[in-house]
Amino acid sequence: MSTMAVDDVAVAPVNEGFWTRNRKAGLVLTALGLLAVLLFTTLATGEPARFTLSEDASGATLKINGTVGAALFGAVALAAGVAILAGLPTRWFTLVLGVGLVGFVVSFLCWQVSTAPAGQNFMPLVNIVRGTFILALPLIFGSLAGVLCERSGVVNVAIEGQLLMGAFSGALFGSLSGNLWVGLIAAAIGGTFISLLLAVFAIRYLVDQVVMGIVLNLLAVGITGFLYERLMQPDPAKYNSAPRFSDWEIPLLSEIPVLGPALFAGNIFLYLGLLLVLVIHIGLFRTRWGLRTRSVGEHPTAADTLGVRVLRLRYRNVLLAGAVAGIGGASYTLALFSFTKNMIGGKGFIALAALIFGRWSPTGALLAALFFGFADQLATYLSAINSAIPSQFLAMLPYLATILAVAGLVGRVRAPAADGKPYIKG
Amino acid sequence: MTNTGSGSPDKEPATADQAARMALDNTERAEPTSQQPPERPALGRLFVENLWAANTLTVTVLSLLLAMVVGGILMIVSDPDVLGTYSYFTARPGDALNASWTLVSEAYTNLFKGAILDPDAVGLTAALSPISETLTYTAPLVFTGLSVALAFRGGLFNIGAQGQATMGVIAAGLAGFLLPLPAGLHLLVAVFAGAVGGAVWGFIPGILKARTGAHEVINTIMLNYVAAYFLVWLIVQNGVQDPNRTDAISRPVDASAQLPRLFGDNLRAHAGIILAVLVTWAVAWLLNRSTLGFELRAVGSNPAASRTAGISVTRTYVLIMVFAGALAGLGGSQMVLGTTAAALTPLVVAQIGFDGILVALLGRVKPWGVLLAALLFGALQAGGNRMQSYSGVSLELVTVLQALIVIFIAAPALVKAIFQLRAARAARPQTSLAKGW
Repeated sequence: MSTMAVDDVAVAPVNEGFWTRNRKAGLVLTALGLLAVLLFTTLATGEPARFTLSEDASGATLKINGTVGAALFGAVALAAGVAILAGLPTRWFTLVLGVGLVGFVVSFLCWQVSTAPAGQNFMPLVNIVRGTFILALPLIFGSLAGVLCERSGVVNVAIEGQLLMGAFSGALFGSLSGNLWVGLIAAAIGGTFISLLLAVFAIRYLVDQVVMGIVLNLLAVGITGFLYERLMQPDPAKYNSAPRFSDWEIPLLSEIPVLGPALFAGNIFLYLGLLLVLVIHIGLFRTRWGLRTRSVGEHPTAADTLGVRVLRLRYRNVLLAGAVAGIGGASYTLALFSFTKNMIGGKGFIALAALIFGRWSPTGALLAALFFGFADQLATYLSAINSAIPSQFLAMLPYLATILAVAGLVGRVRAPAADGKPYIKG
Repeated sequence: MTNTGSGSPDKEPATADQAARMALDNTERAEPTSQQPPERPALGRLFVENLWAANTLTVTVLSLLLAMVVGGILMIVSDPDVLGTYSYFTARPGDALNASWTLVSEAYTNLFKGAILDPDAVGLTAALSPISETLTYTAPLVFTGLSVALAFRGGLFNIGAQGQATMGVIAAGLAGFLLPLPAGLHLLVAVFAGAVGGAVWGFIPGILKARTGAHEVINTIMLNYVAAYFLVWLIVQNGVQDPNRTDAISRPVDASAQLPRLFGDNLRAHAGIILAVLVTWAVAWLLNRSTLGFELRAVGSNPAASRTAGISVTRTYVLIMVFAGALAGLGGSQMVLGTTAAALTPLVVAQIGFDGILVALLGRVKPWGVLLAALLFGALQAGGNRMQSYSGVSLELVTVLQALIVIFIAAPALVKAIFQLRAARAARPQTSLAKGW
């Protein structure tokens, strides 16, 4: 038995003449810089744009005149764009691109903050950074689940379902037992349950993995929604009142301005998420398990020849991914909210976007998740200061960024070679 | 139109139906009786034998049965009263079994009554009501199902039917209440606008796939959300939002742009279902009889060979996605021009795009199969409503049932194993559309 998997052919050859990928990115950045210098500067007012290092208007402040700030940081973006266009050495590319993008964002913020109504023209950085991490948390867990699956060659579109099932079983069993840790373990098992279905059907029954992922998402929505209406809604006290993890402040480190209160005064999920990024990064690139996982994801036949048990490794990684995503789901129900129907609401797909945007690496996924979390937090902040920018357009940002990334406009995105291809020993 | 009645599938050229088979269909497609030479003995015996072989129909029916069993277990587990009777199961097992049976059978009876026929109904309107509801839910699913199926046959996985339907509902809705046109023309323009809206949204992943090789699965997922946010933004804009309302709802579509009702004003079935049948026929013709359809299936089976043979793969990919988008857009237009809703709201599209994926898979990515699958899903939806109001069983159970059915038919090997089915005569090696990202 063999799979007649159709090879994905590059339909149009990418012409790598003068317009290399770097130059295209430079062009985009130059356009953004021009936009900032021309539009943002004109629209910004002479009011000061204040960035406070606290949660409110008080305390230490970074202050800059709105027009000046928009022009200055816009110029930074423009300069970076022009430098890349002019043919910057590749080793500087990432750094300069990063500086340029940050310049663009700050220029945008100077404009927005300076035009905010009087009394609100400040941006509380602690809030922003903390909100970014909180909103990024499910994305971090979700995209790590994606990394574990896809690095070993199983496409994981079911992240949404794994998060949802984790959130649900965390809430249910946390409430029934009244114990946080039981809830946490139940959440991991809930995510693993969806993963188990994915693994069995994708690996054992060779069902198309994307199809399976989509169907499992619907199944998770259905099962959790059904049980929510049958159990939780009639009797929330018994079934939907899980205890919540409180914040643990790490002494000393939490005193660091801005980053301290955001990073070192969070709940267990924040620490666990960041720790998992580190562990999975080291595991993937420094251990035997990681080497085997990557080889199974790139060339399972070769790995099998060398004695790696391909299917067993895939099973194990997919199940592990489910547990990680399940805990990510619990970061909602065991820390922030009680369970509601379909409460993940597309975060699983943003996590998938973060995975792709982060090029299938744990650290990349972390950065992408933080970027998407920041966009989310920014949307909340801008609507609070009555910005003219509709929050829906900011909410679109992660999705549009991902489309640009896979279309090859921002660097090269390449999935593991055997991702999505079932392996049949033969 | 479908391959029903064709000869042994083994002898068919691989290009013709490879994409159709995908990962989920390694079973017989032909009718049990039609594939045997006429001189074989005892047609009746062959029929009985084939009934328990793993052919499409048997697997589908058994999948439905399995899904309903799991659904029943979910109902029992989530009912504290019934569950309570299990605590003394060893002492009086009759109690537990009776309570479970009453709960589950009542729910499924209501499902049937709401979807097909209520024997207690009095009068023609009441008798037709379940069918009318079923057809109302079926119509948009046919379009989104066809959208996904068409793209599948061309080797593309269109997860973006949801987004394309969203753009379709936006375009159709805007045309429905912004354009002052005479009655007949207005409806035509609004339906056409829906198709164009969807086509534009399908064109984007199509051209990206063709030009840069960007995977359509990723792009269509992302575009779903872009479309959803666009809809949310658009509804509250001046000129679109209903001036008499403060919540997020648009102005209602003019009466001149609404699809006419089929069975009088009290029943919701509308002309969309007729359009759905016509479009199914058109898609079947396009796929099986036209040059474009041939190219599409060829590209779906083997893009490299197709290019060698002189087919423009780039052009075909773009066309596939434009057609798929237009179909999904038509489905979207049903949601606002039909009787489901008369104005745009953030949830106006419901889940028709995602359900369309399930419908396409259940219909084995063949046009008439999609129509039947949509009918089943429409019936489940309509029956689910009654089940919710009469038996108090959440409508979400329908989502569970739908997902489970598709999971089971996607893995015929599992169903075969559970029911000990004989392997069908022409059980083939499994083909896979899986290409990874």
